[in-house]
Amino acid sequence: MKEPPKSLVACPECDLLLREIDLEPGRTAVCRRCGAALYRNTTDSIYRTLALGLAAALLFIIANIYPILGIESQGNGSATNLYGAVGSLWDQKMHFISLLVFITTIVVPSLELSLLIYLLLPLRLGHVPPGLAPLMRFLQSIKPWGMVEVFMLGILVALVKLTDNFRIIPGVALWSFGGVTLLLAAVAATFNPRDVWAHLDWNSNKDEQP
Amino acid sequence: MKRDAITAASLGLCACHVCGLVSRPGTASTKAHCPRCGARLHFRKPHGAEQCWALLITAYILYLPANMMTIMETGSLVSYRKDTIMSGVVHLWLNGSMGIAIVVFIASIVVPLFKLLALTWLLISVRKRSKKLTIERTRLYRLVELVGRWSMLDIYVVTLLAALVQLQSLATVKAGPGAIAFGAVVVLTMFAAMRFDPRLIWDPLQKES
Repeated sequence: MKEPPKSLVACPECDLLLREIDLEPGRTAVCRRCGAALYRNTTDSIYRTLALGLAAALLFIIANIYPILGIESQGNGSATNLYGAVGSLWDQKMHFISLLVFITTIVVPSLELSLLIYLLLPLRLGHVPPGLAPLMRFLQSIKPWGMVEVFMLGILVALVKLTDNFRIIPGVALWSFGGVTLLLAAVAATFNPRDVWAHLDWNSNKDEQP
Repeated sequence: MKRDAITAASLGLCACHVCGLVSRPGTASTKAHCPRCGARLHFRKPHGAEQCWALLITAYILYLPANMMTIMETGSLVSYRKDTIMSGVVHLWLNGSMGIAIVVFIASIVVPLFKLLALTWLLISVRKRSKKLTIERTRLYRLVELVGRWSMLDIYVVTLLAALVQLQSLATVKAGPGAIAFGAVVVLTMFAAMRFDPRLIWDPLQKES
């Protein structure tokens, strides 16, 4: 059975078969029929994503350790970081919600960032890390469940709700979460899985040649 | 041109849902894998529509308790109140935070309802093999995927308030059972949207063969 030529792409949303075209840097190819984004030509995407990902990871660690918000009223006060918030819901017997928050704001973002660094650092240094294909697959499947940007909006809404009755003490993690939100958006904009898969193509072609 | 558009499936070709490589999956009896990344290949998401229906119906059932039960209990020396999602929005509005009230209203009330109705319409139209409004329906699906996650907003707000406002007799906030149902609706509709295959919208345009 003959393999079809590599230059074919099928639209993921309407299955239209299209011939791949060369793109100028920064441009995106879209499906002729349904308008879905097909692929992008990003300059230096592995290098840039790696830099942004490392910065996001550092800031994310800070965002997890330090308090997000503190409140004070008539001499009484309390403050919480992300783990404290998850733990306090768990103690209130809200296990499902506690797990949901834990997974979407801690587990998935940290997995996402560490996988990204694990995959891109070796690629940048010129070799393919073991397990690249299954890890890329895993990365893609957990992606929708990382919700740092929604959590950031949640912090802001909570802040507004609290200002009526309490004095608010913004914590270090409040600013760090803001930074992580922006950096993760930048990671999403620069990361181009196509470039990673191209490495796999290139590498397997190299292996075949003597 | 539109009618005779060639799809990958009509030529027996299959695009990998992970890496996008187009390949020929071989004989139908064996489970095919992508030659580049090893992901399981399938022409359309297997049982996508059925699973989408199942998740959606469960979400509809939970939608009622999610909106009618208490999502947050606030207690202080002078007052005690229970809030559902809607009463929380009204409370914000009346206290002068209109902008935030609108944001919460959209994220917690408009978005979940929009997702449920949009997915229902998509599933019914696909089932009827409708050939109309293909572009519009594809765009609608894209929108559903894009906005779904923002419904988690209220869950995060309740989490933060319940963790922070623990000042013994002065003021306490507790999460209510409505939050569990609401969280479940968000998760279920996200899974439902993932199981829907937008290519089903376009399949009826193919000539019967």
